[in-house]
Amino acid sequence: MPITRGFRRRRAEPPEGAALPPGQYLTDGFPVLSAGPTPSVPLDRWRLGVSGAVDGERGWSWDEFRALPSESITVDIHCVTSWSKLGTGWQGVSVDALLDGVEPLGAYVMAHSYGGYTTNLPIEDLTDGKAWVAFAYDGAPLEPEHGGPARLLVPHLYLWKSAKWVRELVFMDADEPGFWESLGYHDRGDPWREQRYQGD
Amino acid sequence: MHEDARLDGNAAAGLLSELFTPEATTAVARCAGCGRTGAVGAAEVYADGPGMVLRCPGCEAVLMRFARIRGRLVADLRGVGTLTF
Amino acid sequence: MSSAIRATDRIVAWRTATIREVVRETPSATTLVLDVDGWPGHRAGQHVDLRLTAEDGYQATRSYSISSAPEDDAVAVTVERLDDGEVSPYLVDEAQPRDELELRGPVGGWFVWTADQGGPLFLVAGGSGLAPLMSMLRHRARTGSDAEALLLLSARREQDVLFAGELPALGAAVTITYTREAPAGWAGYARRVDRDMLAEAGFERERRPRIFVCGPTGFVEGVARELVALGHDASRIRTERFGATGG
Repeated sequence: MPITRGFRRRRAEPPEGAALPPGQYLTDGFPVLSAGPTPSVPLDRWRLGVSGAVDGERGWSWDEFRALPSESITVDIHCVTSWSKLGTGWQGVSVDALLDGVEPLGAYVMAHSYGGYTTNLPIEDLTDGKAWVAFAYDGAPLEPEHGGPARLLVPHLYLWKSAKWVRELVFMDADEPGFWESLGYHDRGDPWREQRYQGD
Repeated sequence: MHEDARLDGNAAAGLLSELFTPEATTAVARCAGCGRTGAVGAAEVYADGPGMVLRCPGCEAVLMRFARIRGRLVADLRGVGTLTF
Repeated sequence: MSSAIRATDRIVAWRTATIREVVRETPSATTLVLDVDGWPGHRAGQHVDLRLTAEDGYQATRSYSISSAPEDDAVAVTVERLDDGEVSPYLVDEAQPRDELELRGPVGGWFVWTADQGGPLFLVAGGSGLAPLMSMLRHRARTGSDAEALLLLSARREQDVLFAGELPALGAAVTITYTREAPAGWAGYARRVDRDMLAEAGFERERRPRIFVCGPTGFVEGVARELVALGHDASRIRTERFGATGG
């Protein structure tokens, strides 16, 4: 196969001492990746729910959700298409706060989004300060193209697990593959162990 | 709301040539969701993510999904009822 | 049996393409004239996938429209530089004759016009969306087709008009609208394409033109909507969206 003279991957230089997961490259933009049209959800009809294999289903309207305690976080994000973005600022409600008083009866969660997207995760990857439902990015309300009004944010896993336009966390007894996982992407997706595909 | 990066089914022509011998963008697909028929070339394509998704321009249901897993093309065509070449 | 296998290989295979000539069309666009092993010929409107391989093995694949006529002796693609692109800046600014790429195609049988389909032909281009439509106009000229053709081209500035020298010589009526800055003394359109402009610069719906629209996604979707609002038959409108570009 011919090498194209002088062609190279486009990437930004990582800051001194910054570590990227294997196979990742820094980007200075914020690429918009999508599997479908941006859903348009009026806030007065938006709802977030927790259901399935749990003792105590619950749901929140937008106002109820925004009344929950939220926090500002700065995290690195890693996309399986190999771009990474360091030091991104978000504001969101911790998933621990959403699950406060809820007893999970299953070990897996399927996140469902407006528009039909799904992604599955083990429950440990959503709890103990590892995940949020984020409603602001970079100091402003989260734009629809980046998942607004609210998206799941699970920065320690590849970004396809951070379901945009999240509307429901459904707990499951057994793991089931979501949208990309059913094509062969990994059920967990830890970028530091380069878990891109099933079997990695 | 327009989608800045949405493409036409035509953009899937190269990938589809790995799957189908005759030109696939002129094939007529029946959406398994709503029953609408149309040329694959007229489907809506979302190609920026971890894979490529073709959607029915009528009801937005997924017609076909593709991903390259360790270099191998994985195709999910369950959203297409029939394809007529 | 063996000829069926060869036909499949012809469509699917990545072939080596060697750059024969680099033609700088505008400050942001370049035409690459390619020699392709075993090139089967193409129809106007089709595109190719180009695959570039870096020394470390990294590969990137992008689609580019063929701008040359099927009657030409070499296949040419015209590429516009996207400022934050990975492949287009290389192809526009660095690629040189004798450089090698891999090419798959031609592909895309749906966004195609052949002279035997006849007209009238209404072509609407946003910026570098002119590339596949140019293949159609060149094909029309080379075959001596008597199909009437109208081209409406939206460009930012005069310097951004692709193939500027050749457009008046194609035997088609060309209307240009400038969206950022019109040349001094310009008496023509100087705004984004809208419904009135499409009505004035195009054919009436009663003529039942074949319509091809190409350019950035937002441009194409807006134009297609307005054409349908003008009463054109949606089934005679074919679109090729280029995705998100700088605008």
